[in-house]
Amino acid sequence: MHFDAANLVPILPEITILITACVVLMIDLYLKDQDKGLNHTLTLVGIAIAIALTGAVGGGEAQVFFDGNLVRDALSDLLKGSVLIVSLLAFVYVRAWLQDRGMLVGEFYVLGLLAILGMLIMISANSFLPLYLGLELQALSLYALVAFDRDSPKGAEAAMKYFVLGALGSGMLLYGISMIYGATGSIEFAPVAQAVSEQGMSNKVLVFGIAFLVIGIGFKFGAVPFHMWVPDIYEGAPTPAVLILGSAPKIAAFALAVRMLVDGLSGLHADWHQMLVILAVLSMGLGNLVAIAQSNIKRMLAYSTISHVGFIFLGLLAGSAQGYASAMFYSIVYAVMAAGAFGILLILSREGFDAERLEDLKGLNDRDSWYAAMMALIMFSMAGVPPTVGFMAKLLVLEAVVRIDMVWLALVAVFFSIIGAFYYLRVVKFIYFDKAADDAPALSTTGGVRVAMSINGLALLVLGLFPAALLTLCQAAFA
Amino acid sequence: MNEFPLLTLTIWLPILGGLVVLASGDKEQNLSKWTALAFAILTFVVSLGLWVGFDSGTAQMQFVERAAWIPSFNVEYYLGVDGISMPLIVLTTFITIFVVIAGWEVITYKPTQYLAAFLIMEGVMVGVFSSLDAILFYVFWEAMLIPMFIIIGVWGGPNRVYATIKFFLYTFFGSVFMLIALIYMYFQSGSFSILDFHALELGMTAQKLIFIAFLLAFAVKVPMFPVHTWLPDAHVEAPTGGSVILAAIMLKIGGYGFLRFSLPITPDASASLAWLIIALSLIAILYIGFVALVQQDMKKLIAYSSIAHMGFVTLGFFIVFTILANPDVSGGSVMGIEGGMVQMISHGFISGALFLCVGVLYDRVHSREIADYGGVVNTMPWFGAFMVFFAMANAGLPGTSGFVGEFMVILATFRADFWWAFLAATTLVLAAAFTLWMVKRVVFGEVKNDKVAALSDLDVRERINLGVLAAAVLALGLWPAPLMNVMHATVENLVDQVAVCKLPTAESGECARSRTEQVAAIVSQP
Repeated sequence: MHFDAANLVPILPEITILITACVVLMIDLYLKDQDKGLNHTLTLVGIAIAIALTGAVGGGEAQVFFDGNLVRDALSDLLKGSVLIVSLLAFVYVRAWLQDRGMLVGEFYVLGLLAILGMLIMISANSFLPLYLGLELQALSLYALVAFDRDSPKGAEAAMKYFVLGALGSGMLLYGISMIYGATGSIEFAPVAQAVSEQGMSNKVLVFGIAFLVIGIGFKFGAVPFHMWVPDIYEGAPTPAVLILGSAPKIAAFALAVRMLVDGLSGLHADWHQMLVILAVLSMGLGNLVAIAQSNIKRMLAYSTISHVGFIFLGLLAGSAQGYASAMFYSIVYAVMAAGAFGILLILSREGFDAERLEDLKGLNDRDSWYAAMMALIMFSMAGVPPTVGFMAKLLVLEAVVRIDMVWLALVAVFFSIIGAFYYLRVVKFIYFDKAADDAPALSTTGGVRVAMSINGLALLVLGLFPAALLTLCQAAFA
Repeated sequence: MNEFPLLTLTIWLPILGGLVVLASGDKEQNLSKWTALAFAILTFVVSLGLWVGFDSGTAQMQFVERAAWIPSFNVEYYLGVDGISMPLIVLTTFITIFVVIAGWEVITYKPTQYLAAFLIMEGVMVGVFSSLDAILFYVFWEAMLIPMFIIIGVWGGPNRVYATIKFFLYTFFGSVFMLIALIYMYFQSGSFSILDFHALELGMTAQKLIFIAFLLAFAVKVPMFPVHTWLPDAHVEAPTGGSVILAAIMLKIGGYGFLRFSLPITPDASASLAWLIIALSLIAILYIGFVALVQQDMKKLIAYSSIAHMGFVTLGFFIVFTILANPDVSGGSVMGIEGGMVQMISHGFISGALFLCVGVLYDRVHSREIADYGGVVNTMPWFGAFMVFFAMANAGLPGTSGFVGEFMVILATFRADFWWAFLAATTLVLAAAFTLWMVKRVVFGEVKNDKVAALSDLDVRERINLGVLAAAVLALGLWPAPLMNVMHATVENLVDQVAVCKLPTAESGECARSRTEQVAAIVSQP
């Protein structure tokens, strides 16, 4: 084993994020309270550079480096780019909220950046070890972010739940990984895949290991029946933390699933296929049904996440390149939608007031018709109504499912999406059909937030009208 | 083949207009209104180009535009019109003008958003009629729900939220299953082109399932009994313009779907399940006719009358199969479908005009209850004249367009079965009963109360609106030949298509033999 500097080139985005995190951590110590905005600027610049570098080092043949621990391929290029762009949007939205509450401190940004770093490592992983390390880095940073509002008992409770259940999920995953290692003698994906194809399903330890891996993935995605943490954490955590943990990590969770199940264990598709079918149906069913009963919009979006995870699983379980590409398309689109939805909640919040109930959206069209239109776009997209991209995402996963002759599963999926349409429509109802409360002040946002939200919302429309470009990228990742 | 992208222009011009109006904001309201009207008229003029340039001698798709949209799934931006869709497009652009004018002074809350919603809606509806790619069709079909959802919900009556959510969920429920059917056919045919679907060979089980998926989508839209209940709610709560668009065009989209999808793609399933549609149509005509009779609310009454009239449309479309299956009868099948088409266009004019009439009263008195009116003609003679005229047309008075379509459908039904025709013809009595009774109570008699006494007659804007529609109703009633001429080749071609068995050879035993033999006989019919 020797160190080769050429290995560093493909992980330049990761390095940039790490450096940014360190710089923010250091500089924050010397900043006066009124200068804390510099943290924000530095973070955005760091992420922007990382996006540029992802584009610069990306493209071309897949490269494996660091002795087979990391990989850079079309999949990682696209997923890293998406994680970074969604995170960039998220960081733009959170500033005003933090500033109003005197929380515009370096720690928030450092933790957020470290979480991004964890996601990037997960995406680049070519063996179980970096995958697990990236996952833990992301998870630990997010636990701390959830508890970021130290004076909020609800936040502390949410963080505790998140930590205990997250650790449980990680433990399951690690247990599964150790079984796979025991059965195949390797932690790198390529040798594992080879060993799997030789042993097949005869090896009970392998099959047992897969069950634990799927449970771990289910935990990280928040799929039913491993979803219990999602609503409580979405409700209890401060909205900026929810924004960060509810958007980009879904892309990372997708990377986790693809790296393990597809790169490593595609030989056992028949085994994990069945498990994912169950998880998908339960998630779509429970997520959509329970979301109807929610009056807290963060909780409602939590259940909506669960149902969307079901749809992502539909693409994964198809087991074809087409299916993986559609699941990838769905995850990216979902992350963009979630970032926008929580972004709107942050915009609606002001000093001493957090927009949390559905009623808080009342009369948004009267207060600011542009944000109202953006939120309506996001909701219609989540419901899967054309011409928004949410429809295209659903169409692609349904196509993948029908392709493997599971028409019944597609019917179940559309049936639950009708139920889902109701609660998204209810949000639109509050925005457009109800009058605002008399004491609701006009929305004041900075130009940057308005631009970011416009890009975020219009992206859903533009991607819906012209889905071919993103779809081609997704398909190239699995070509 | 026309090089100029006329269809694209007809779709996107109003959508662009909607965005322009939206961007102009509520400050310069008059300017926004004139802009909206200009775009509506311009779109109508552009769509007239379709009529003028249309070659009625062929059943081929015309004004075809084709470009890749999602290449990896073979989804295309594929547009084209034939004799069925072209008149409906012109109807759409025509009616939208009146909707824009009708909202002119009445809408005070965010009028620009109101007008923009209707313009965007117009473009999307034209898109539905001109799509030849299934996914493109579906995108337009569903996108249509968004502006309508907002129109009813924002500018509607007191119970609007319930009505609009019911409307959205009903139609959404109907259409998602169609999506699965479309995807399934994509894997059978390798493309999303609707014309490829027409040529696709499908087994009986697949055909029946696909037919049911389509039926769910289109029956909700038409709406057919028993999934009609969203319509009265939506109509009552919608603002006048919303009711007009709903009745005049959105319902037609369901009928159009039957002609474009159900009949040619699943002819054998349609044939074997035609009894179901015919039964539901007759129930709609009879039962809903009686329901309309007891309504206290004018809008609700017209809404129920719409359902009954659309029952005629579906009856005309599916009576074809009974005629084809009966070797003793020759001809009549083309007449059924053409009658249904004429009925759709005519109902577009008449129901639109009736809703405008109710809107005129509602704007002045803010009530739709029949009991709140009486003797309106004493204070509003112009209005009285128009109202009586449209009511007569709704009842199917000869000389108006309402008569032509109903007569053709009844005539075609006669060839299939005397008793069905008898049942269908009772609508002439029922429709006369419920419409004229309403007119009697609202328009004639003594001036009932102070509000009626204080009514002012139609202003110029309203007179133009209703006058042009009245002229259209008369023109179509007295001289329907141009419309029939435009659609004739297409309908004949459609009847040929449904007459040919599409089952794979292994199942050809299930084909009703007589139908294939009849093709020649039908084609030779005038």
